[in-house]
Amino acid sequence: MDFLNGLSRHDIQSWLVTASFFAAAVMFILGIKRMASPVTARAGIVQAGLGMVVATVAAFFHPDIHGNYGLIIAAVLIGTLPAWISGKKVAMTDMPQMVALYNGMGGGSAAAIGASALLGATMDPNACADPNSHACLNGSRTVLALIGTLIGAVSLSGSVIAWAKLDGRMDKRFTFPGQQYVNALFFIAAVVLGAILVFKLDVPIIVAFVVISLLFGVLMTLPIGGADMPVVISLFNALTGLAVGFEGYVLGNPALMIAGMVVGAAGTLLTQLMAKAMNRSISSVLFSNFGGSSGPAQEIKGSQKPIEASDVAALLYLADKVIIVPGYGMAVAQAQHKVWELTQQLIKRDKTVKFAIHPVAGRMPGHMNVLLAEAGVPYDLIADMEDINPEFSTCDVAIVIGANDVVNPVAKTDPASPIYGMPILDVINARQSIVIKRGKGTGFAGIENALFYADNTKLLYGDGADAVSRLVTELKAIDSGGGH
Amino acid sequence: MIDGFLALYIFMLAAFTGYEIISRVPVILHTPLMSGSNFVHGIVLVGAMVALGVADTTIEKVIGFIGVVLGAGNAAGGYVVTERMLEMFKSSKKPGGAK
Repeated sequence: MDFLNGLSRHDIQSWLVTASFFAAAVMFILGIKRMASPVTARAGIVQAGLGMVVATVAAFFHPDIHGNYGLIIAAVLIGTLPAWISGKKVAMTDMPQMVALYNGMGGGSAAAIGASALLGATMDPNACADPNSHACLNGSRTVLALIGTLIGAVSLSGSVIAWAKLDGRMDKRFTFPGQQYVNALFFIAAVVLGAILVFKLDVPIIVAFVVISLLFGVLMTLPIGGADMPVVISLFNALTGLAVGFEGYVLGNPALMIAGMVVGAAGTLLTQLMAKAMNRSISSVLFSNFGGSSGPAQEIKGSQKPIEASDVAALLYLADKVIIVPGYGMAVAQAQHKVWELTQQLIKRDKTVKFAIHPVAGRMPGHMNVLLAEAGVPYDLIADMEDINPEFSTCDVAIVIGANDVVNPVAKTDPASPIYGMPILDVINARQSIVIKRGKGTGFAGIENALFYADNTKLLYGDGADAVSRLVTELKAIDSGGGH
Repeated sequence: MIDGFLALYIFMLAAFTGYEIISRVPVILHTPLMSGSNFVHGIVLVGAMVALGVADTTIEKVIGFIGVVLGAGNAAGGYVVTERMLEMFKSSKKPGGAK
C-alpha cells in the first residue's frame, strides 16, 4: 500500500477517526430524512443510532485523548444505563417531559465542554505556543465556547424546570412583579461576564458566568404556563442543537458542528410551526403571560343538551361517515384503546371513520398521533387539521373526546377571547356532534366552549373510557336486534 | 482546527439541510421528530469524551465527567424513546406493520 508510505500510525488513526465522524454525520442526515415518512421512520432512527455508535467508538481512538479512559467508560455507562431504562419504561403520555429531560442533559453536556475548554485555556498559559493545540482558544473559538456554554446551561436548567412542571412536580406558573426586568438583568449580566472573558479568561468569572447562565434558564422558564410548554421544549431542543454545533467548532469536530446545526435549524422551524398552530408568537410565549383578553367575552347562547349512549349508538349505526376528534383528555382517561375498539366496530359496519388531529392535540405537536399509534390506530386513518376541516360538513357524526379549546368556535367569532385567532377544528360544521365529557367544566384555558351549546351538539357525560365502551356495547346490541 | 470561514460554510449548509428536511415532515411525526432530533444532538457525547480525554486537572476531569454522563444520557434516552414511538406507527394497508 504505497499511499501509506510516509504516514505515521498517528496519521492513519487520526484519518480513520475523522472518516468515522464523517460517516456518522452522513448517517444522521439520512436518518432524519427517513424519519420524514411514517413508512421509513423506524429505519431512520435505527440508522441514526448506528451513526451514534460508530462516532462513539471512534471517539475512543481520537488522537487528542491522552488518558482518562477508565473515567470515560465509567461516565458513558453511568449516563447510558439510567437513561436507557427510564426511556424503556416511560409511559407515552409522559413523553414530553422525558424529551425535555434528555434534551436538558445534552445542553448540560455542551455547557460542560465549553466550561472545560475555557478552564483548560486558563490553566495552560502556553496553550497557544502551538496554535493548533486543542487547549488554544483564539478569538472566535473563545466567543463560540462562551455562547455555547451560555445556551447549553440555559437549556439544561430551563429543561429541568419544564420537566418539573410537566411532571406535576412544580406549580404551573411562578410570577412576581418586575420579573421580566429581573430576567433581563440576569441575561445582561451573563453577556457582560462573557464579554470580559473574551478579553481575559479568569476562573472565578468563568464560574460566575456558568452560574448566572443556569439561573437565567430557571428564571426564564418559571413564568411560562403548562400550555405553552411544548413550544419551550422545542425551543430548548433547538438551543441545545446550536450549543452542540458551537462547541463542535471549539473542539474542531465537524460532526458536532453539522449535527448540532441541523438540529438547531430543524428545531427552530419546528418551534415556529408549533407556536403558529397555537396562535402564539415565540416572543409572547417567552415574555408575556397567557390570555391578554381585551374585554368581556361574548355571551354564549343555548344550553348543553345531554344524550344517552344508546342514542349515540343509534346515530352511529345510521351514519356513513364518522370523524373522531381526540384530545389530551382521552389519553388522561386512557380511553384510546376503547376508541380504537369503537372504530373497528364502525369500520366493520362499512362506515368511513377518520381521526381529526389538531396540531397541538396532546402536549406536543404529534403527541396525539403517538398515543393513537400506541393503541393500534393505523396512521392512514389520522388526518391533519387542514385536510380534515373541509370534511366536517360532509360527516354525519363527529365525536369529540377529551378535546375542548381546539374545537371552540369562539376562536373564530369572538375577538375578545384569549384564544381568538387560534386555528381550530371545524367540528361545529358537522351534521351532529357528540361531545364526551366528564362534567360541565371549562377547558384547560378556562374558556367557555360555544360548541357545547350549539343546536347540533349533544353531550355524553361520563369517564372517557367508560362512555366509549358503553357505545361499543350499545352498538353491538343494535346488531343483535336488541336495540332501543 | 477549522478555519473561520470554512466553519461558516459548514454551519450554513447544515442549517439549510436541517430546515429543508423538517419542512417536509407531516405533523403526525412531529413528536418523534423532535425526539429524534433531540437524539441527534446527543452526538455531543463524542465531544464530551474528547474533553474528558484531554483533561489534566481535577476540576477539568470533574466537568468532563459530568459532560460525558449527561451526553450519554441524552443519546441513550433520546434513542430509546424515539425508537419506541416510531415502532408503533403502523398502516392499515399493511397489516404486518411498517417494515
